[in-house]
Amino acid sequence: MTARSVLQQADIARALTRISHEILESNRGSSDLVVLGIPTRGVLLARRIGAILDGIEPGTGTVGSLDVTMYRDDLAKNPTRAPARTDIPAGGIDGKTVVLVDDVLYSGRTIRAALDALSDLGRPRAVRLAVLVDRGHRELPIRADFVGKNLPTAADERINVRLSEIDDTEEVTIQ
Amino acid sequence: MRHLLSTADLSRDEAIALLDIAEDMADVANREVKKLPTLRGRTVVNLFFEDSTRTRVSFEVAAKRLSADVINFSAKGSSVSKGESLKDTAQTLAAMGADAVVIRHGASGAPRVLADSGWIDAGIVNAGDGTHEHPTQALLDAFTMRRRLHGAASRGKGLDGVRVTIIGDILHSRVARSNVWLLSTLGASVSLVAPATLLPVDTTAWPVTVSYDLDAALGLSPDVVMMLRIQAERMNAAFFPSAREYSRQWGLDDDRVARLPADTMVMHPGPMNRGLEISAGAADSARSTVLEQVANGVSIRMAVLYHLLAGSES
Repeated sequence: MTARSVLQQADIARALTRISHEILESNRGSSDLVVLGIPTRGVLLARRIGAILDGIEPGTGTVGSLDVTMYRDDLAKNPTRAPARTDIPAGGIDGKTVVLVDDVLYSGRTIRAALDALSDLGRPRAVRLAVLVDRGHRELPIRADFVGKNLPTAADERINVRLSEIDDTEEVTIQ
Repeated sequence: MRHLLSTADLSRDEAIALLDIAEDMADVANREVKKLPTLRGRTVVNLFFEDSTRTRVSFEVAAKRLSADVINFSAKGSSVSKGESLKDTAQTLAAMGADAVVIRHGASGAPRVLADSGWIDAGIVNAGDGTHEHPTQALLDAFTMRRRLHGAASRGKGLDGVRVTIIGDILHSRVARSNVWLLSTLGASVSLVAPATLLPVDTTAWPVTVSYDLDAALGLSPDVVMMLRIQAERMNAAFFPSAREYSRQWGLDDDRVARLPADTMVMHPGPMNRGLEISAGAADSARSTVLEQVANGVSIRMAVLYHLLAGSES
């Protein structure tokens, strides 16, 4: 199967800008906002969103990362995964509005793990979810608050998100 | 990796991966909820045929922080004192559904026997076997060195160019053996200093340099000085004339510490014989890493248990 491009660099940038505005709007400003990316590409997206937030309202883009490896429910079914870094901003997450950022929302199991991980780190006032691509096929009652693009897919298709920070190109493809 | 029996089995990449996972595990110790759900429903058996405080407790804390169930089994007060064999003990534990067995045994090679025998289908972690190996101790020593040298930027790094001098009872020390293999895999250069009676007969196959004069070795300003415990329980012959003479010639006393460069680390695997191989002043100085080693031991053992138990073989 050949890969078909669904989002180009400019589309990704537009989607992230819109998501950032939506985050600020729904949060009625950006007080106590913490943007946490889920490794690997969620962290890169979270950093970009944080930079955009800072551009709109300076001093608001508090960004961190949240590794969910140790909370996954499929650990026993796969070869051992190396955990990634969890980096919570100095202010912690207690009483904050946490926006989780991931590249693709699929079964919802990663987000389930992220919610468990969050509850071990503190008690946020609210948790929101931002994703670049929502491809459907949820297995858990989880939905995204901010979506870059809804992409109806078949279960046997693959979504590849490539970001210029770690990949040689910047695009979203389906194959 | 299914078992951890010897640091000689570890490649450089595997060793660094374990140290990196331990960095993530160390972060957990600073959180409000010091627990991860990762090994929920798994059973870890601590099978200890020899006395131990810190290693057993360290493995127990590590397993509990990963939400595994822990069964402590010591030879004293068990059927082993009635004469049960290792095979029967292993098969009993297998029947109870142990997923990992952490074993300490007085006989060198006992963990290997358990791993290769087919008596039990569990991950085996060597927690010290006779005078052979103590791999998690070497890993935590390497982890402690890396953290002192690189701080927050430790991830992904080896110990290239670090000069480590290991001093004392090399002959009986499983800690020394595990460290020799691991540290040289990680790129450190290791030298051994001991009385000739406490060195193995043949160290030509070891990636080390050997000397007998402590003051000359310390004069070379090593980055790390690792003192070993004089293991009275394994001293079945007269290896040195008296404790005082040993202490004078090969003990790390206050004078010798004062002559070391300010950033040289002083390590000891514990338990310490204060006044024999290490003075109280050396053990309690800022350059001593003894308590860090204990704290890091939990992180390393969490990393090892995670590595052996979390994934499936494929």
